[in-house]
Amino acid sequence: MAEEENVNPPVDDEAALNEEASRELAAMVAEEESAAAMDAETPDDGPLAAPQNQAERSAVIEALIFVSEDPLSAKTIAEVLKEDKDVVNQTLNAFAEEFNARNGGLQLREVAGGWQFATRPEYHEHVRTFLKTRPSAKLSIASLETLAVIAYRQPVTVPEILEIRGVQSPSAIKTLLDKKLIVAKGRKETVGRPMMYGTSKEFLLQFGLKDLTELPSVEDFHDLSGGS
Amino acid sequence: MNDETPETVVVETSQEQEAPSNVAGEQPAPPLNVAGATPHIVADDVTDDLKILLGEFEGPLDLLLHLIRQEQVSIYDIPVARITDEYLRYLRVMQEMDIAVAGDFLVMAATLIELKTKMLLPRDPSAVQEEEEDPRADLVNQLLEYQKYKAAAQMLWSRATVEQAVFKRAELETDKNNPEVAVGLFDLLKVFQDILARHKEEVLLEIEREEISMAEMLERLRNMVMSTGELNLRVFFERARSRRELVLAFLSVLELVRTTEVKLFQRETFGDIIARVAT
Repeated sequence: MAEEENVNPPVDDEAALNEEASRELAAMVAEEESAAAMDAETPDDGPLAAPQNQAERSAVIEALIFVSEDPLSAKTIAEVLKEDKDVVNQTLNAFAEEFNARNGGLQLREVAGGWQFATRPEYHEHVRTFLKTRPSAKLSIASLETLAVIAYRQPVTVPEILEIRGVQSPSAIKTLLDKKLIVAKGRKETVGRPMMYGTSKEFLLQFGLKDLTELPSVEDFHDLSGGS
Repeated sequence: MNDETPETVVVETSQEQEAPSNVAGEQPAPPLNVAGATPHIVADDVTDDLKILLGEFEGPLDLLLHLIRQEQVSIYDIPVARITDEYLRYLRVMQEMDIAVAGDFLVMAATLIELKTKMLLPRDPSAVQEEEEDPRADLVNQLLEYQKYKAAAQMLWSRATVEQAVFKRAELETDKNNPEVAVGLFDLLKVFQDILARHKEEVLLEIEREEISMAEMLERLRNMVMSTGELNLRVFFERARSRRELVLAFLSVLELVRTTEVKLFQRETFGDIIARVAT
């Protein structure tokens, strides 16, 4: 039992200390809150002042995009600023142009219907060294082909994919579903009511696309693969 | 038989560069070199499965496109007999290797043979005037269509490659993305209580009082975690044979976490709590 005593006292001490500390802090917080309640009337009631000028508007937008985990849409920014969406869009485009002209390590770009700061690909080696990450596993050719068919033909059913690729692709489709790159889009009202698939927002994010219209036209690929 | 070909991404160009040398060494063709590809068996690092790489073909259309390119013929004027022979040779190799040939490849083989027959038949002399449809038209259209998506897949591949070099703002550290802090004291208590409750139900038949000290319990936990690297706490708690032992077991977990010898985490919400040697 001697060992037990060796081990336990620090735990007890620490617990007791922690308890004491939290009691102390709770008292301080209560004090602070009552003080804040008195101050609150003035600043909290008035509406947020809209940015005075373009420069300030850009600055606020920059701050918002910076703190947002996901790409931030112009609509959300407009709501926060209580400004017209067109004005916000205009500011965004001008600001993005100005920001990207710097040619710094960051780029401000539009992806999956929102705006986001991201590093420039040129510096990936250093970033990777710092983050100690390796590029994640890439999709197989089968999965990529299936994804290409789904992206361009959506909503598309499994038999339709088979028709184009000439092979069954159940495992490719499963991989794409697991990676959340595609989503089920309901059933097609035809024989067998096959499930229809389309691409997801995750697809836009992972392939750095603004929206689906940014995909080059599939007809343009006609001559690229050098078949004739 | 899995109809998807290998999970490896191979850049297309290597295939094209290899092609001529294979055409040259055609006559004494080693049995396992067909259509510019050498089928071989590889071990998958991840799953430990053996996979058979049948060249880099994603399906019959892919193989056909490759043969057409290799034979340097026009996609609009396919020499059906020649291509069919090459195609069947490829399937034969698959069979020689005792591989169940994917159904899709066989369907294409049948289509090709049918085409070959049609091409051999003399045209109906009475129908000379009318513009007769090329029997290959369907296949050509299918190939052209597939070729587009194959190119689109390459475009996606390069986009994904660039995108992997672009880093976004890291997600904020929340309990959601940090499973190591996701195990709170209450989660731990809950597991403990579950076990305790289970113990209560059992009829206790204590034959002899076996005293285990805190230090011994700590040693046991350490050994169990160290030996496997990971330990499901449920397993650890279930070893305890009395309430006293359970309490000690619980305390020893707290202690090792406090001294940062082990870390606790869950693989999923409400999942089992796992102790892992802290690194």
